[in-house]
Amino acid sequence: MSILVVVERQVHGVDELSLQALAFGRALESGADVHALAVGESGEALAHVLGAHGVSQVHVAEHEAFASYAPQAVARAAVELIGRLSPVVVLAAGTERGNEVLARVAALLDRPFAANCVESTGGEPLRVVRQRWGGSLLEEAELPLEPALVTVAPHVVAASPVNGHPAAIETFRPALSQEELALRVVEHVQTEVEGVSLADAKVVVSGGRGTGSPEGFAVIEELAGLLGGAVGCSRAVTMAGWRPHTDQVGQTGTKIAPDVYIACGISGATQHMAGCKGAKRILAINTDPEASIMASADYAVVGDLHEVVPAVSAALRKARGT
Amino acid sequence: MRILVCVKRVPMTGGRIVLTGDAQEIDTAHLGFTISPHEECGVEEAVRLVEAHGGDSVVLTLGPPEAEEQLRDALALGIERAIHLVTGEEWDGQATAEAITEAIRSEEAASGRFDLVFFGNESADAGGFQVGIRVAQALERPCATGLKGIAVEGSDVRCEQEVPGGRDVYRLALPAVVTVKEGLNLPHYPSVPAKLRAQRQPVETVTPTPREARLRKVRLLVPESSGKRAEVLGAGAGAAERVVEVLREIGVA
Repeated sequence: MSILVVVERQVHGVDELSLQALAFGRALESGADVHALAVGESGEALAHVLGAHGVSQVHVAEHEAFASYAPQAVARAAVELIGRLSPVVVLAAGTERGNEVLARVAALLDRPFAANCVESTGGEPLRVVRQRWGGSLLEEAELPLEPALVTVAPHVVAASPVNGHPAAIETFRPALSQEELALRVVEHVQTEVEGVSLADAKVVVSGGRGTGSPEGFAVIEELAGLLGGAVGCSRAVTMAGWRPHTDQVGQTGTKIAPDVYIACGISGATQHMAGCKGAKRILAINTDPEASIMASADYAVVGDLHEVVPAVSAALRKARGT
Repeated sequence: MRILVCVKRVPMTGGRIVLTGDAQEIDTAHLGFTISPHEECGVEEAVRLVEAHGGDSVVLTLGPPEAEEQLRDALALGIERAIHLVTGEEWDGQATAEAITEAIRSEEAASGRFDLVFFGNESADAGGFQVGIRVAQALERPCATGLKGIAVEGSDVRCEQEVPGGRDVYRLALPAVVTVKEGLNLPHYPSVPAKLRAQRQPVETVTPTPREARLRKVRLLVPESSGKRAEVLGAGAGAAERVVEVLREIGVA
């Protein structure tokens, strides 16, 4: 019995979320033979990293198509490998690319696909719990094996190294059609980010409808600047055109994971909380002590952000003696 | 150019999700509904493309009778025709894609091929990440996903996808399928006359053959809340010094 995990690579190894998907997969079928599919260049490092995470064999699809990201070609390589290995379950990380590739595999095989699973109790059909609404709601679902196609939601299991031997490496050249080769990244446009990016910031200060206007963000920007953090906002704010969508925290915006999230004048709709639930701590500043964000916050200040936020900035300056 | 936009009706959930007694659905008795956010941007983009390049636009949904409301929202925003695949309960991604593929084939046989078919990258509610990709595969058309930039250039479409640090660009030959994300554009609000006009426009209905779900929903679960209660640091500006203390404890100030 085998399982197959489609892994994403980083410059120096394998993406952390793919290692989490491996841990999830290993827990599904103890004793299963764990195979991994990687595309691009083969190498010893790949064998060591994946071996240390329980993989017995790495299949490296080599093709000039993989010089840049080519999602349909990756899916075709996976389908070719699935045909040879007949795995009971095929997994990938629930990243943009992981979900995309497994959906393409599902379309090619005409099989069901369960995206962003958080748990599985195994069985046949495979019983999974998956995320809906960006994780604000869960669904228990079943899908047939051989193969069941699933992605693993980020950060629901930890990567767990084992004392494994380096994995065996097999390279293969997938047969790709012109159409599969044509769908590829042909250009990369770099974006200039001023200061720290929202996704990576240690501190995020966000404003919601309570800011009242684009000008209302001046106090938010000031506090974020003092803390070396990034400015965020709620969906209501971007829909009103007050801030660009790149500032939006939420299910359909950016998912953040700062040490502290300071949410000012934000009520805490589920679609917003889906974007900030990775924050280690949440401080809510809101006039309404009953706002739903209070149920998810660690700290609260009841008051008008237009008074509280400048006072915090002033207190911070005073404490620093500046 | 001919453009089709596929949309899904989803509830606006607010602060807390409550389930029906059988845990099969969200209790929507007190909720409003909307077009799923990514697809709202698809509607907006289709309207803009037809304004810029000429042609015609169609909106399609698969959903309950009430989803007619979302089709009329799209008509009010400037889409010209609406097709409703009327179903009962929620369909899985595979069944949804099959029914939409059939509807596209029959619409194209009658009125000509769509140059572009829009989907949301994933629906806000089910989050399946698959319907657009499945339809593209069935129609044998190229598909780029998660797009935040689209430009029709001759017989190609330039597609921009947001990735860490920038944007990846794909170039697809038309006809093509694209799945888009919120942030692609800022949807406009319909005018009152446009809304009234949309109420009078016909909506074509089709009843697709029911299919068995292959990703079978057993039940929905609301994740357990942490049960924590926020520590109130104070009220108004007077809380500022305590806030700074806490930020220092966390190690960010």
